[in-house]
Amino acid sequence: MAAEAISEGRTGSDFWDGVRLSMPVVVASAPFAILFGTIAVDNGVSVLEAFLMSAMIYGGASQMVGIELFGQHVAPWLIVLSIFAVNFRHVLYSAGIGRRIAHWPLLQQALGYFILTDPQFAIAEARAESGRPVGFVWYLGLGLPVYVFWVIESGLGAVFGKMIPDTHALGIDFLLPIYFLGLVLGFRKRPLWAPVVAASAVASIIAYRTVGSPWHVSIGALAGVLLAVILPPHHSGVGKRP
Amino acid sequence: MSTTFWIILAGAVATYLTRIGGHLVISRFETIHPRVEAGLNAVPAAVLTALVAPELLHAGPAEWAALIVTVLVSLRGGLMAMFLAGAAVLIVARQFMG
Repeated sequence: MAAEAISEGRTGSDFWDGVRLSMPVVVASAPFAILFGTIAVDNGVSVLEAFLMSAMIYGGASQMVGIELFGQHVAPWLIVLSIFAVNFRHVLYSAGIGRRIAHWPLLQQALGYFILTDPQFAIAEARAESGRPVGFVWYLGLGLPVYVFWVIESGLGAVFGKMIPDTHALGIDFLLPIYFLGLVLGFRKRPLWAPVVAASAVASIIAYRTVGSPWHVSIGALAGVLLAVILPPHHSGVGKRP
Repeated sequence: MSTTFWIILAGAVATYLTRIGGHLVISRFETIHPRVEAGLNAVPAAVLTALVAPELLHAGPAEWAALIVTVLVSLRGGLMAMFLAGAAVLIVARQFMG
């Protein structure tokens, strides 16, 4: 009972803890949401359809690929397959995060997986690693601002896109790589971090040059994960956990 | 409803399947083998690295400067400090290097 009372009292601050962590994500993804809306309208998609795409798919890179293909009038099933291919890495995320959120009620889990983006997964994993619980309220505080801003800014980009200034000078095409690099470095104390990063980097670059985008992401990721599976457990530190 | 709408809906379903699929597969097993757990622990670094690494192929001096500063700040600062420092260096460097 006492524990329950404490956890209820902390619900509000858990939510705002999540919101605070969402801010860099909101900043880094804003230009892409606006850019997406702009390109969507340029490629003949309506403002409503651009808005729906952000609200329902909610995956930046896959939306961009989808929009590119809309403009080229390719077969519908090929567009859907491309979106699936770009988003395939999320299979690994849901396998990983499932261990942290399996105790949530089913509906909360269903919603949690819907907003499982790259930063959402990385930040939730980092919290789990630091020994704190990944609660639904905290997770929602982290994910909700990102989702709401993403959808609104996509709509704004679709309506006002032509007014964007020089995007290259503002560096917006390289903000996400910087942010993702920051996230990678945040995991550097995990066992096997250096070999996993090296394997994924080499494999993704080779796959990028040979197989091509977007499969290089899934291939590079699988290379790092497989390395961790293959190396003897005493290297990965799994058995040592209390 | 337009074809575009149905493509968006199918794309949304396909995306949700990727976001829940890994969990549906893993949760069928009662216990997780230590090697699988080691693999799952490697997921964040592995996927994020695969997203970033090919960007290095196109990176010029401004981008490298930003990445190096990001790494240096990461030794001491948090994620926000890291991101802001990297972004600031990138924007300033691009004014001079294009």
